[in-house]
Amino acid sequence: MEKGLKITIIIILLTVMLMMSILLDLSWAPRHLSLGEVWDALMGRGTWGNDIIVNGHNAPRVFFGIFVGAALGVTGGVMQAIFRNPLASPYLLGLSSGASLGAAIAIMVSIPLIPVVVVQPLLAFVFCLGTMMLVYTLSRTVGGVRTETLILAGVAVSSLFSAVVSFMTYIAPSEKMQSIVFWSMGNLGMVGWENILVAVPVIVIGIIIMVFNSKNLNAMMLGDAHAMDLGIDVRNVRLLLIVVSSFVVASAVAFVGSIGFIGLVVPHIFRLLLGPDNRLILPLSAFGGAAFILMCDYVARLGAQYYGVLPIGVVTAMVGAPFFIYLLSKKRSEVGW
Amino acid sequence: MVSGNPLDIESLSYTYVNLPVLDEISLSVKKGEILGILGPNGCGKTTLLKNLNRNLHPHKGCVLIDGSDIEEISKKEIAKKVGVVPQSNEIRFAFTVREIVGMGRMPFQDSFRGASSKDLEIIEKAMEQTGVLSMADRLINTMSGGERQRVIIARAISQTPEIILMDEPTLHLDINMQFEVLDLIKRLSKENDLTVIIVSHDLPMVTRYCDRIVLIHDHKVFAMGTPEEILTEENMRAVFNVDAKLEKDPRTGNNTVRLFGSCKV
Repeated sequence: MEKGLKITIIIILLTVMLMMSILLDLSWAPRHLSLGEVWDALMGRGTWGNDIIVNGHNAPRVFFGIFVGAALGVTGGVMQAIFRNPLASPYLLGLSSGASLGAAIAIMVSIPLIPVVVVQPLLAFVFCLGTMMLVYTLSRTVGGVRTETLILAGVAVSSLFSAVVSFMTYIAPSEKMQSIVFWSMGNLGMVGWENILVAVPVIVIGIIIMVFNSKNLNAMMLGDAHAMDLGIDVRNVRLLLIVVSSFVVASAVAFVGSIGFIGLVVPHIFRLLLGPDNRLILPLSAFGGAAFILMCDYVARLGAQYYGVLPIGVVTAMVGAPFFIYLLSKKRSEVGW
Repeated sequence: MVSGNPLDIESLSYTYVNLPVLDEISLSVKKGEILGILGPNGCGKTTLLKNLNRNLHPHKGCVLIDGSDIEEISKKEIAKKVGVVPQSNEIRFAFTVREIVGMGRMPFQDSFRGASSKDLEIIEKAMEQTGVLSMADRLINTMSGGERQRVIIARAISQTPEIILMDEPTLHLDINMQFEVLDLIKRLSKENDLTVIIVSHDLPMVTRYCDRIVLIHDHKVFAMGTPEEILTEENMRAVFNVDAKLEKDPRTGNNTVRLFGSCKV
């Protein structure tokens, strides 16, 4: 199939899927709403009750979900390109475990006068960035920063922090233990508009910067030496993109907890369909990530009346991991493993 | 201070963790020539090459391209003048040949816009000259080492450079592919009036194609000149520790080096 046609079809399908998942996720309520009722409520023609459910209760979650999905999808694509490693994702460098540690500390140690709803995202954000800086500093050697060293440092720091979080979970009193566990598996439903106002601008600016570096990333996917030979200041571009993606991921996970597999799966799907050109992969991963996270959020809420809302990280992993295994076993050469 | 040479290296020294890798290297490259930088493994050849397009920075001395110090030119400007064919071309992501060759135009483009019609023309011509046009839509990660080498050469050509640097171009290639790649470079050098610098330890192979040769020994320039002048039996023994002799191939008139064996005594 001709590539232009393929791109058009993918964009149309993606738009339909994103719209569908937005409406579906907005429709969630104990008594199920029809998509028509959701639409009416959105347009301001709904009943009083439906208006509260859709615009009051569901809208912040869905709205922020779009940006979280986009953030994770794009940074996943960027990390895989920077590290030339198909396994790379925001989590590989310890970003997620850093954020989890920050959140766990906030839950465990109550600071007088400052409510935990403020401290928790703040500490998650700070720890997320701090972890990135620690990992980056650890991997600096005489000749600069090598990607292999960076990944190893990420894995090491990540395991240490996860162990500390496990330890804290183990010794925590049961009600605190529950919130640590719930946080570390992700939940879109905790955000309000005031959080969104803080996080969304950072995410949007970050995504724009990353997308504008698509071509540089293409060259870096061939190897650092190739990229330098093509006139790219690899060290600075890589540092910029690592910092930007840390900010973007930190802004997302600080409010929703760690949600895995989106950054890993979404860019790979598009790479499989369209090849590795980041000028296509990164923007598409933003939309794909948004659609994927909202669908998972909807699924996580389907059985709510029987066993409560599932942590969304459980759903993304249960959908993402089998797909990843399929890629690994069937499509290895196409994605370049 | 304009020498008129496309590339001058002036008493360049490079140290890695207090060990000298390059010691006071000075040499000039003339326009349109193929210069071979030969020496045994570990003598600092590849480091020298990386200093030539600012992938590494010398600790002393400088590199001049068209008379200007490369430390004062941006990497992008250097990439407009210097194309590189690196040693390892293992690429795991499934870019097409056309996409890879097109990246050679990056120094001339801004960050997001695609190729101009002039870019497309140059890319097409580079693929034609290197014989990869027929595989333009094939994926790079499914190609053989020799094919990949040609694609990377095509990318270097599409940078429309004045100078091409090649790091061990014969390494990892079958013997027929080695001839093919070096023949290609020789032809491209003539057709595009390119200056080519080949770094290699492959004495017999590279000697055939070079107008001039620099022998590197113990991190220093040991000798420099035409193959006839410097590839004496004594020099080859001193630098490579081999018993070898420079001969003219009676059929082609090319220089060739015959290797008789190691010089262990």
